[in-house]
Amino acid sequence: MKAAVVEEVDIREGVDRETIETVQAMAGKYKYGWETAIETEYAPKGLNEDIVRLISQKNGEPEWMTDWRLAAYRRWVQMEEPRWAMLHYPEIDYQDQYYYAKPKSMAVKPKSLDEVDPKLLATYEKLGIPLKEQALLAGVEAPEGERKVAVDAVFDSVSVGTTFKEELKKAGVIFCPISEAIRDYPELVKKYLGTVVPQSDNFFATLNSAVFSDGSFVYIPEGVRCPMELSTYFRINAENTGQFERTLIIADKKSYVSYLEGCTAPKRDTHQLHAAVVEIVVLEDAEVKYSTVQNWYPGDEEGRGGIYNFVTKRADCRGDRAKVMWTQVETGSAITWKYPSCILRGDDSQGEFYSIAIANNAQQADTGTKMVHLGKRTKSRIVSKGISAGRAQNTYRGLVSMHPKAKDSRNYTQCDSLLIGDKCGAHTVPYIEVRNNSSRVEHEATTSKVDEDQLFYCRSRGMDEEEAVALVVNGFCKEVLQALPMEFAMEAQSLVAISLEGSVG
Amino acid sequence: MAVLQAKQDALAARIAALSFADKGWLGAARKAALDRLAAMGLPGRRDEYWRYTDPAGLNAAEPAPAALFDPGAEPQLFDHMDRVKLVFVDGVFDPRASDDPRLAGVEIERLTEAGGRDAHWARGLYGVLEAQGQQPVARPHAALNSAFATEGVLIRVTGRAKKPVSLIYQRTSEGSDAILHHCIKLEPGAELTLLENGPAAARFNKVMEVEVADGARFHHIRGQGRDHQRQAVTHIFARLGRESLFKSFTLTANGRLTRNECVIELTGDDAVAHVACAAVGDGDFHHDDTVFITHGAERCESRQVFKKVLMNGATGVFQGKILVQPGAQKTDGYQLSQSLLLDEDSQFLAKPELEIYADDVKCSHGSTSGAIDDTALFYLQSRGVPKRVAQSLLVLAFLAESIAEIESEDLAEEIRLRLESWLHRHEH
Repeated sequence: MKAAVVEEVDIREGVDRETIETVQAMAGKYKYGWETAIETEYAPKGLNEDIVRLISQKNGEPEWMTDWRLAAYRRWVQMEEPRWAMLHYPEIDYQDQYYYAKPKSMAVKPKSLDEVDPKLLATYEKLGIPLKEQALLAGVEAPEGERKVAVDAVFDSVSVGTTFKEELKKAGVIFCPISEAIRDYPELVKKYLGTVVPQSDNFFATLNSAVFSDGSFVYIPEGVRCPMELSTYFRINAENTGQFERTLIIADKKSYVSYLEGCTAPKRDTHQLHAAVVEIVVLEDAEVKYSTVQNWYPGDEEGRGGIYNFVTKRADCRGDRAKVMWTQVETGSAITWKYPSCILRGDDSQGEFYSIAIANNAQQADTGTKMVHLGKRTKSRIVSKGISAGRAQNTYRGLVSMHPKAKDSRNYTQCDSLLIGDKCGAHTVPYIEVRNNSSRVEHEATTSKVDEDQLFYCRSRGMDEEEAVALVVNGFCKEVLQALPMEFAMEAQSLVAISLEGSVG
Repeated sequence: MAVLQAKQDALAARIAALSFADKGWLGAARKAALDRLAAMGLPGRRDEYWRYTDPAGLNAAEPAPAALFDPGAEPQLFDHMDRVKLVFVDGVFDPRASDDPRLAGVEIERLTEAGGRDAHWARGLYGVLEAQGQQPVARPHAALNSAFATEGVLIRVTGRAKKPVSLIYQRTSEGSDAILHHCIKLEPGAELTLLENGPAAARFNKVMEVEVADGARFHHIRGQGRDHQRQAVTHIFARLGRESLFKSFTLTANGRLTRNECVIELTGDDAVAHVACAAVGDGDFHHDDTVFITHGAERCESRQVFKKVLMNGATGVFQGKILVQPGAQKTDGYQLSQSLLLDEDSQFLAKPELEIYADDVKCSHGSTSGAIDDTALFYLQSRGVPKRVAQSLLVLAFLAESIAEIESEDLAEEIRLRLESWLHRHEH
């Protein structure tokens, strides 16, 4: 069974070696926990207006951007950290962090990928993210161009490089670090930044608005189907440093883009803060698929170290018939606080959310989605699978809201939880608000344990217990895994097995 | 800080005119409740637990005047039944209208009479379950009740009661503000059916604490009156022992504001708790069911079935939670909350929660909201059933699952007929 999987991967995609190794090893250890020895330049520790100005200056930003950040910072100082999630963690000292870290070799921005520090390139290669376009092309056996993936690689606070920029440009697609977009496309950024997630949206989004260092910017012009999948790969390397990336995706009328996001970090004993914001604007008849495999360092078995992941992601379907689809596989992070949402403003717009959240050892995840139906005949679908093992706590928290004007709208929600072991917890906190009667809302949730009969069947076929659990769990997650783009589905499937390693018995 | 201050200011205004006797065991329990209450203050709109229901009307120093309601020729609920009647008028016990409270295997006393004594069995119950129910969520109106209840009944059941005990709440005043507190203790193997009906007061605050010992069975059926303008906040706190059974059904028709909270703790293995409600509202109607069921033992079963039919801008709220504590293996938890919205203006707001810390459990919840199924309506009409009748049939079918939770067939039939005539009156 396993051999078949490996073979299939080999045939389909030679570059995805790391994934194959992961599947083969099933080592249960965090594979991305190593560190890149590289000289790093930091901004002074702590957070104040000068640091905000410094970040803005380092990015070479115009004054309006600096002011925007400062306004956010002033707002943030007055805000209180939210405590409503089912998450328990010690007080975060926001002054005991670095808010900006940049590899020294990036002091002068490389003009092309060839000029990028080989150490950085090696880092991404080791992570299985090839940044050299040639290498990537050589590795892909399928001749069709659609298997290409353009990558924006973000290392600590800066974007290291973006591949296939030129090719994308020919199609009219803008794909670049947001720092670059602020300089090169100020009109677009001004028009859309902060319009989906306002500066004062919530504590972590406001913090991000003040100190975000880099991230990706995507603009798909009217009528364009993005010729390849876009992806951003985030890597935290520096110690005691928060990562605050900001992604802005604009899909103009009748356009389409599929966007992938991945993230990893080294193993450390201390917690690190990650507070990202993703804003997606979807105009008339456009469609955006956003897929995440979140694999930040989860901390060790005792709960030492790991990333605190506080993320605000929101898509605004502004035009009629706009469509957005969030797919997430959440396996990493010590703390996950994340609710990718859809504002279904345009008539007939659609939002979908597929999620697998796996929490093992001392991990805690509080994640879900919001579907806000404002337009007529809007549709949403939520499929959430939560898996808890070890001493982990996993919460689905979601909102489905049907406004009075959202006539004839439809929502279907299914959240299932699976518990492995008797020390963990699985929780469901849905909010359902129906303010008109022509809409239908259905919510279903179940909680169960791994089915003994299924396990017994697998074991009677010669599988060991861990393999059997992994298989049963993969079956449990199937609906979500199927929604992922091919490359991610493989990786996610193996991650499901790995995250649960050691949780049996 | 400012928020807490506002809550305490609201509390000071609310209780300014209330007073209580501080003698006997009851006095001590009231003082403890007042301390709890003072620490909490009254709820505000920003409290998570009051997200969908505005507590202003319950918090106000004076109840809003509520016009009296004439039920016409319709007899009171349970009228034909052989039962022990205890009548309260605007929250005041009426001994002349009440039956002789003697019933084999059942001790019935008035709170005000038993409260002044030094010792009483109710001492172990009054305010005790309420205090436990304040965690993890504060329920200030229940603490207010324990501190200031003016009357109530204490019922201890040692055998199988031959007939139901029936609490009847009449209302004669447009401005009455009643606070009643009942304690019910079922000793091992005992069984009781408790009936409650009537609007009680312009504003009614009621707490019922129920202890169901090992192997005991408690059935509770209530109707909250058809008065349109009344407001009510009620709490049931129940603790269930091994192999015990607790079944509660509520019929709510009309009422400007109703908040029914039910807090149940399954502490003995193999206990069963069912809570159900059928609520129908037309126009100025806000109905909130807030349920918290804790599974603290093995192989227990809990079932929540809440159905609401809403029209002309009525609002239905459901906040239900199943908490499965570590070690409560083989739990079977089921929760269903559904609403039928008969027009564009009505709304349903729900928060059905699960919090689970044991792995070998079966828990599920479902929540749906929508209009009457057009296809079903069309089918009935195509068979010659007039639209109005077809609609009533479908609404009754929708409510049936909650009525099925009533064990007694006679009572279930009576409730069904009440709903049918209500629907008939509110056809549009």
